[in-house]
Amino acid sequence: MNDSIHKEPSMLRQKELIGGHYRKLARAKEAGLKSAYTFVPGNLTELLLAFDVLPVLPEINALQSAMRGKSAEYIAKAEKLGQSEDVCTYVKCDYGMMKSGNVGPTGERLPDPDLLLLSYTGCFTFLKWFELLREEYKAPTVMLHVPYQGDGAATREMRDYVVKQLRRVVIPALEKVTGKRYDEDRLRHILALSAQAEEDFVAVFRAARNRPSPIDAYFGGVYYIGPIFTAFRGTQAAVDYYRMLRAEVDARVAAGAGPLTPDGPMPREKYRLVVEGPPNWTSFHEFWRMFHEEGAVVVASTYTKVGGVYEDGFRHDPARPLESLAEYCLGCYTNHNLPARADRIARYVQDYEADGFLIHSVKSCDSFSAGQLVILRDVEQKTGRAGAFIESDLVDPRYFAASNVKNRLESYLQMIDQQRRGATACAR
Amino acid sequence: MRTVIGIDLGSTTTKAVVLGEDGRMLGRGITNTRSNYDVACAIARSEALIATRFALLREALARRAPDAARDDALLQSIARTFRLEQHLGQIAVLRTELAAVASGATWHTYGEALHACAAGLLDRIEAEAPAAFAGGAGLGSEFFRDLVGARWRVLAEPAGKAADIGFDWLMSCFDKAIVRVENRALDLSFERFAGPAIERFVRENPALAPGNATALRASATEAAAAAIDEWNQVGTGYGRSKLPFRREQIRSEILCHGLGAHRFFPGTRTVLDIGGQDTKAIQVDDQGIVTSFQMNDRCAAGCGRYLGYIADEMNVAVQELGPMASRATRSVKINSTCTVFAGAELRDRLALGQKREDVVAGLHRAIVLRAMSLLARSGGVKDEFTFTGGVARNQAAVAALRQLVSENYGARQLNISVDSIYTGAYGAALFALRDARAAAATPDPVAA
Repeated sequence: MNDSIHKEPSMLRQKELIGGHYRKLARAKEAGLKSAYTFVPGNLTELLLAFDVLPVLPEINALQSAMRGKSAEYIAKAEKLGQSEDVCTYVKCDYGMMKSGNVGPTGERLPDPDLLLLSYTGCFTFLKWFELLREEYKAPTVMLHVPYQGDGAATREMRDYVVKQLRRVVIPALEKVTGKRYDEDRLRHILALSAQAEEDFVAVFRAARNRPSPIDAYFGGVYYIGPIFTAFRGTQAAVDYYRMLRAEVDARVAAGAGPLTPDGPMPREKYRLVVEGPPNWTSFHEFWRMFHEEGAVVVASTYTKVGGVYEDGFRHDPARPLESLAEYCLGCYTNHNLPARADRIARYVQDYEADGFLIHSVKSCDSFSAGQLVILRDVEQKTGRAGAFIESDLVDPRYFAASNVKNRLESYLQMIDQQRRGATACAR
Repeated sequence: MRTVIGIDLGSTTTKAVVLGEDGRMLGRGITNTRSNYDVACAIARSEALIATRFALLREALARRAPDAARDDALLQSIARTFRLEQHLGQIAVLRTELAAVASGATWHTYGEALHACAAGLLDRIEAEAPAAFAGGAGLGSEFFRDLVGARWRVLAEPAGKAADIGFDWLMSCFDKAIVRVENRALDLSFERFAGPAIERFVRENPALAPGNATALRASATEAAAAAIDEWNQVGTGYGRSKLPFRREQIRSEILCHGLGAHRFFPGTRTVLDIGGQDTKAIQVDDQGIVTSFQMNDRCAAGCGRYLGYIADEMNVAVQELGPMASRATRSVKINSTCTVFAGAELRDRLALGQKREDVVAGLHRAIVLRAMSLLARSGGVKDEFTFTGGVARNQAAVAALRQLVSENYGARQLNISVDSIYTGAYGAALFALRDARAAAATPDPVAA
């Protein structure tokens, strides 16, 4: 982000939070703190915090490395060590980082894990990824199997199954690693803080229904989800951050202002888009610039739901601590089946009055990309809006062909223009 | 007269189309210069304006000598003579550049001998030119570099042997000089060459009625002097951002191909464009408005350049691939989707004794299979189906496409315009006209 651009207090706070977490991780061993490696989808941050365990999120390390220009060397390292070209690039980036001394994105060494907590929520690569980590660290490994919403809904039996695993597998493992007893009252307190932050979080993203949208719910959105999907849900710091962010967004709504971008405030909103799929991280700002130069604002995105879906009313519930943790894991976006994903995107297009939707498909992500063209057609049929399809990658810079991506995006936006003109002509 | 221009800056060629204010196509031009986009744009535009002035010449001739104006053979012959004059003009520039290259320090090994040999080669090529441009002769290419380069390659080896100069030296000398020629936007205009062309034509056709000769001279003068007002212009293609146009004068090639194909064939609902480095599958509505599209991502395998690479591998001109494949008795299966690997597969198949024709037919099918995947992703092949871009000129590719579309989607009307390579530029010109009319608040004939 351009340093000369005005930054709102929440941006600086977010940066402090994330940076502080990495610093804390770097000093974890000397401070006597335990760490658990786990994933964003289906993360059990509150439970870890209840045991004073610090979460380390490998996919966040990968994307942070990519944004800092380090992913290419890590991927090269992983390939040198036998990972094929087609393997998920999050895996290769993380594996390469691990094999290069496990120096985190901020330049400080990450602690070896005391526990590998594999939350399985729809991505089968997670299993293989943790096999690599287990082989490397020989750390105790537990798996939380979150049943896939194959029929489009989470059932009571599914929830009970997850709760049973929490009681019988995850909590005992945490007790063993930390030497602490499970304290449900402490967990309830943490969950209450989660719920507070979640209220403001939902309000921030819902603000994109305004015209102009005060936020970019994809490129800007990834900054907003940072604290809640990583190490801070259930902390007072997250409560304060989201309150601050919500106030800033409310102020922008009141002022009729658009989103802030790395190149300054967005001057005008010409297109409102919904985006499915994760961003490209190696050319993140370049990708974003392609949108805002054209006046395209993302008003809703599915990527900002991979760590949990709150907009349908779910909140962590101190009164039902383990049940609500289970429901949270079951509900995250990666655990939704294809029709449910298409329904959600179509709903976004309608609720946020979007001009269209774009799928950013990741070639090296088989589990998430499979079926995206089916989703595209389905959403087109449901909304009557044409969709766009762009392919690149998560963190491998070789797979982001800027001129091609720009060409597709421009073509798509011009297509929307042409359809608008056509509709106007027909209306006359 | 008031005109609009559409320019399509492609990765292999640059095309321009000139429309009259009534939407009629007046001229089109193309260049394969590998120079910068500014030069390519200037050349394509100049070529399109030459064709426009030829249209004016015909109109002027119709007033003076109606029978002559209706004589297509006569006018084609004049156009060929004009091309010959242009060609000779380019040879003159090439001669200067060759002399400059041959005088360079690097070439002192051969000194004057190289100089003389290069000049002699060009003398021969120049002497052959009138016959090459004569009626009935197949030029093989419309581009100066291709025409001169092909003859240079053939003539350089014996000439070099005779002068005791290595073939590589002569080729290197030529390559350096031709690049210098291509990097300049030469004056090849109608205004400059129409007069000499008419005089040569009259001289070489003594049977031409004196009245017609007079009418031709006067009409050429009138056409050359006519004011052509460029009302608006729109650019498209990969290099469009390099054009010195305002932002609103730039359009995506998706939209341009969609609209261009719609105007060539109003029943079009699906468009396939196989260009140099990308393949586009486009769905349009009954107004030519794009409703969906897909393009190749991350890899350009299966695009036009693939054929260029294969032609190089086989040491034939790219235009020869289609006819060669058409002579196949069977199609050899080529699995690789990578251009370079396909080249390796090609050599492997040939080494195994497969016929060149059959292997090339398999390569054409491989290209079309890639395009079929994009078509499927864009929403399938609807009726009518229009094929655009340079590869649409390749009959073997067309035959493979026809067969695969029929197998996968059933009977479809397949449209290919003789001007298919200009579809993007045509669409751009139509947008230019639409925008100009909108700005002038007059009725829009394109949308009508």
